[in-house]
Amino acid sequence: MASINQTGAGIRLPNFCNVGVMLRSLVLVNVLIAAAAVIRAPSVREIWFEFLLFAAFGEPVLILSLVVLCLARRWLHAIGYVGAIALLTAFELAVTWVLYEVSRQFDFELRPMTFGQVTFLVFFVTAVTLAYFDLRARALSPAVAEARIQALQARIRPHFLYNSINAVLSLIRSEPRRAERALEDLADLFRVLMSDNRTLAPLANEVDLARQYLALEELRLGERLRVTWRTGTMPADAMVPPLILQPLVENAVYHGIEPIEAGGEIEIDVSLAGAQLVMELRNPYSGSGKHMGGNKMATENIRERLQLHFDAEASMRSEVRDGHYHVTIRMPYITASS
Amino acid sequence: MLADKDCARILIADDEAPARARLRDLLDECRESFPLAIVDEARNGREVLDVLNREKVDVVLLDIRMPEMDGMEAARHIAGMEDPPAIIFTTAFDTYAIKAFEVNAIDYLLKPIRVERLLAALSKTRAAPKVSREALDAAANLPRRHLSVHERGKIILVPLADVLYLRAELKYVTVRTVEREHLVEESLTSLEEEFADAFVRVHRNCLVARTAIAGFERNAEESESGWAVVIKGTGEKLPVSRRQHHVVKQFR
Repeated sequence: MASINQTGAGIRLPNFCNVGVMLRSLVLVNVLIAAAAVIRAPSVREIWFEFLLFAAFGEPVLILSLVVLCLARRWLHAIGYVGAIALLTAFELAVTWVLYEVSRQFDFELRPMTFGQVTFLVFFVTAVTLAYFDLRARALSPAVAEARIQALQARIRPHFLYNSINAVLSLIRSEPRRAERALEDLADLFRVLMSDNRTLAPLANEVDLARQYLALEELRLGERLRVTWRTGTMPADAMVPPLILQPLVENAVYHGIEPIEAGGEIEIDVSLAGAQLVMELRNPYSGSGKHMGGNKMATENIRERLQLHFDAEASMRSEVRDGHYHVTIRMPYITASS
Repeated sequence: MLADKDCARILIADDEAPARARLRDLLDECRESFPLAIVDEARNGREVLDVLNREKVDVVLLDIRMPEMDGMEAARHIAGMEDPPAIIFTTAFDTYAIKAFEVNAIDYLLKPIRVERLLAALSKTRAAPKVSREALDAAANLPRRHLSVHERGKIILVPLADVLYLRAELKYVTVRTVEREHLVEESLTSLEEEFADAFVRVHRNCLVARTAIAGFERNAEESESGWAVVIKGTGEKLPVSRRQHHVVKQFR
């Protein structure tokens, strides 16, 4: 065991610039401080006083640490997990020492508490916080997410794959060129489906993928499938989790278009709203609860991956409004260089 | 074509144009060893039944997943016909249906379909008995959206949404809509089971559509529970039995 994790390889610091990570840190540390206050207070009335004393030390250390972790994120990432933690604790020790000395200057003493005890508390809280993030990362690890992705693909993909092959077969004799194109689209689609999809990918690729997918579906469904894209303010360089749009489009076709004789329109909006990337999908809602299992699985899978990549900064909402099914995804706009 | 007695009359049913085109190509290839004629094509289950009401058909190549009325429901209506055509289901991928077909020994073809398989399935339709209504009912996982009445060789569909109540009478069940009454040869128990969400039993011999209930009235003379259910649209009053008295409370 020791040899595997000695250098901390595999463990990564979370992105402390993320609002979700910051909030989690703030809540966790304050809960720990409150617990220490409750334990140390000689009477119930003094809990608040003890809490303030701890907070006077704890909050500056916490906030300065978060600022450093966010600003020096790239640099800390480069020197590895163990090195980053060593530097972080050294930094916290320095801050604690300064605070301790300053408090003595002003006669503001922590009742019978030595510098050693304060240091121990700071280290203990830091360790618990980092351990929490490590555990959380493991629970949401790409391995788990990937297993879900695969399960999802196994659930929905075959219907589309075999129907598409069937459509291509029907074209080979009459329209060989269209058949060729369709097979090329199919190959591209499956190249993405079967590649490593754990890291973020450019939005432009994701949109192309959805377009290729829709081209294949148009082959089968003909005029029943109508698609409107609105990508005027789309930042093509935005980085998004791969396979975030295509499964939603696939759902829209499967649940919104196929069950309706006359077909319908799928509207896809990709836009930039401030610092947020917004994807909106709209398709007719046929109302029948058929095959809802697959649908739920796809949306849960996307929700989970959004959380994995962006924590609380991303959201996904779906609702039925005016006979249409709407899905809206919001996520932070980040580029490969940011 | 009609002159040729051995010529199998085939109906293609699929909502996707390329899938129908593919089946036409394959059937053309089969023609040499298996004389056949393509009677028509249908894009959903309803169109299938329309064609069957018009034409004599020997074999239906029936896609399962279609809009309006899926292949499963169409097959269940077809199976009630006096001289039903043979049904060969086609599907690209439907784990549930395939499992159900295996269990109930119903023939199906997987898309993309191979010409050899199609030929084998077509040949089998000559000798093999037609798939039974019971097997299809057992294989289906969704309630039908219509009841079918068979009159003089024609299939008449009664949308379930139009049905006010179902009442058992000797060996038939009366299906009541606002306009008229139909008779179907099904058991009230199996209908109750299939449409449990939409209908509620008010009496040993009667199921009422939940949406058709206008209200309840005290009616001590004709009903043992002292209550009768009032039907929307026709104003009919049907007795509620003592055992089903709880229904009255449930709706009040």
